Amino acid sequence: MAEKVLMKGNEALAEAAICAGCHHFFGYPITPQTELAAYMAKKMPKIGGTYLQAESELASINMVLGAAAAGVRAMTSTSSPGLSLMTEGISYIAGCDLPALIVNVQRGGPGLGGIQPSQADYYQATKATGHGDFQLIVLAPSTVQEMVDMVFLAFELGEKYRMPAMLFSDGLLGQMMEPVVLPEPGQVKIADKPWAVTGHGGKRFHNIINSLYLEPDLLEKTVRERYERYAAVERDEQRCEEFMVDDADIVLVAYGASSRICRSAVVSARAEGIKVGLIRPITVWPFPNDAIKKAATHAKAFLSVEMSMGQMIDDIRLALNGSVPAYFYGRTGGMIPSPAEVLGEIKKIKEGM
Amino acid sequence: MRTDLNLVLAGFGGQGLLFAGKVTAYAGLVEGREISWLPSYGPEMRGGTANCSVCVSDEPIGSPLVLTPNALIAMNLPSFDKFIDTVVPGGVALIDSTMVSAKTNRTDITAIYVPATKLADDNGLSGLANIILLGRLYKELGFCSEEALDKGLAKCVPASKAAMLDANRKALKLGMEQP
Repeated sequence: MAEKVLMKGNEALAEAAICAGCHHFFGYPITPQTELAAYMAKKMPKIGGTYLQAESELASINMVLGAAAAGVRAMTSTSSPGLSLMTEGISYIAGCDLPALIVNVQRGGPGLGGIQPSQADYYQATKATGHGDFQLIVLAPSTVQEMVDMVFLAFELGEKYRMPAMLFSDGLLGQMMEPVVLPEPGQVKIADKPWAVTGHGGKRFHNIINSLYLEPDLLEKTVRERYERYAAVERDEQRCEEFMVDDADIVLVAYGASSRICRSAVVSARAEGIKVGLIRPITVWPFPNDAIKKAATHAKAFLSVEMSMGQMIDDIRLALNGSVPAYFYGRTGGMIPSPAEVLGEIKKIKEGM
Repeated sequence: MRTDLNLVLAGFGGQGLLFAGKVTAYAGLVEGREISWLPSYGPEMRGGTANCSVCVSDEPIGSPLVLTPNALIAMNLPSFDKFIDTVVPGGVALIDSTMVSAKTNRTDITAIYVPATKLADDNGLSGLANIILLGRLYKELGFCSEEALDKGLAKCVPASKAAMLDANRKALKLGMEQP
């Protein structure tokens, strides 16, 4: 196995993207994703790739659209306010059925908000990343190693289902260093893209990448076809990690940075004899409904822990459909919940049971 | 099982606290332990206090943000004021007494005052007060093998500054010799 190195999440993600054959990066600077773009700026020229700092987020995302339409692996990275500016382009990318990687290293909002870690963009990532009927595949890493591994997964799934994928990170994961094993070169599987708009010397009929359909029946047909793919994603690509869920009375649900804190809280609660487990969504879209439903057959309560005012809790409640109560605990604005706070919430629920 | 190290390093930007934290983290990595390193980032780094959290453990690390350290290195007064009361009872606080004239009233922690910045200047190791303090912390806690600590140091000194490795080693040794 390759040697473990110490890297910041942002840098590890950037290196992984290059290893994954993504040689085209377009972006606009913003904290706390800065190191990611800086790493690309340093590396891309050396490997003959493109690093382009555009004049805005709007320009960046449309450059990603252009590169993706040409069939190459392309990406951008930003943080919350920047992602809001990109949403028009992301909708176009989805409407064009293009795979592309979008990284959101979340910070506190709304507005300019702050620059400390947050998970308050969950609704935006999973419900409305732009106008129209569409979804992104949204992967939520919780370690620096996952920041690496999920880059490959994001490109592979994006290409398989012809849809954009988001790596849903936050300032804590982006800024922290952990040991990480970088992939060996030469493991990349890039899908064939017969739909790409590339030069072909007149050997075939030209491809068109487009999201404009003025005939409503035709537009409805394309959207319905896309939703058939979304249904397949929801059926086949739900991913989560379960920690001590099998006999749990109380099941915590948390992704990304907050899942790490919950894991510590679960260990503390178990040490006090409280049967607690953790479901950590790895895909937040598709949401791991099946795991939630399965845990609900024995759990007496769920607790969603988020660095927001409570957004993922809605998806948990939809999955539970009233069968088991679901509670919420969160900090927002860049505050990070402590394991002790989460343990306190667990005890409150336990007392009420 | 070895004890966890939950270390906070705090001071002014430029004092090398993030670097000293990285050396500690790498030393843990060399020994195959779980580690995390989390810096403060943003405006407080530019002229204010810079700090970082380092965790070294045999278990997977939950929160990389250390709120209640069992070891603290404080290199300026604002950091001393901010973090001294967060140290857990029984913990160790290393204070650069060249930079911090205050003393803590706490008797439930081991407070060690080392004039690290002056020591560094007097020994031609200017800018390495951070490593002197790390050396003294190591003497107190022995959080890894000496070999691992040296390897950690070697990993963190970039190839372009290889000449600095010897100076760092001297600073580490000088720290270990402090009372």
